[in-house]
Amino acid sequence: MHDLIATTALGAAAPCVDHHGPISLTEEPGFALASIAARRGAERATVLAIRRMIGPTAPKAGHWAGERIIAFWTGPDQWMLEAPYDSDEFLFERAIKEAKGKASVTEQTGAWCRFDLRGTGLAAVMERLCPINMATFIAGSATRTSIDHLGCFVLCRSEDHISIHGPRSCAAALHHSLLTAIRAAF
Amino acid sequence: MIINHPLLGPRDSAEFTYMGDAKLIDRPDWQAPEALAQFIDYGYMRDNPDGAHRELWYHEQGDRSFLVVTRDTTTHEIFAVELARDVARSRGQSR
Repeated sequence: MHDLIATTALGAAAPCVDHHGPISLTEEPGFALASIAARRGAERATVLAIRRMIGPTAPKAGHWAGERIIAFWTGPDQWMLEAPYDSDEFLFERAIKEAKGKASVTEQTGAWCRFDLRGTGLAAVMERLCPINMATFIAGSATRTSIDHLGCFVLCRSEDHISIHGPRSCAAALHHSLLTAIRAAF
Repeated sequence: MIINHPLLGPRDSAEFTYMGDAKLIDRPDWQAPEALAQFIDYGYMRDNPDGAHRELWYHEQGDRSFLVVTRDTTTHEIFAVELARDVARSRGQSR
């Protein structure tokens, strides 16, 4: 076995952390992702499979839900599952088991990078980045949008905490645009 | 122009990409005896109405769904927005 060294999406050994004004921007490498899409006629079965993984409520359009494992809505009858990598490295295998052939599951962990924004005044940053209506984007909201031409998923975890999943191959470009917006806002 | 997405609410049209006449949903059967003539119509023949027009819009900067938008070509007033999936299924198509 080769002795491989894991690097973060930005290519370093440790996650990148930036502070500017009231905002901190952190690279978050420690999560697993899997997408789950209902097959035709199995929409209800897919919702039930998600509930077995995340808890009593599967997220509706524009939302996320869950605790250790969360799901966020990505499109009609489609969701993404997210969980800590340490406890749920094989999240997609769990999803395949729960889906019982009623939904298509795809391992997504290596495809995305995640940046978290924490602090007060996040709306000022997000309004410079994307067309999300920040007045209604409250804890529990999740949406797909475009940031600097990159398709990204944005989750409002709490009033002062937003997560952004972007394409991992564009991590540096996304990081740059996030930093630029933070510096423009504060 | 604001498109009232059936699932996500009102969104600026800049989030969408125009994908053409909604008749593109009615793709002919390639095995039909008249397939050639039908595909020529399907590929090239378009109405150019002065008024209500049903057209496909793709929510590229959002949930990636296709919508059927009924829009007045003279005023840009939008009368109806439906998920293209629902429109196709209501006509007995598989997707």
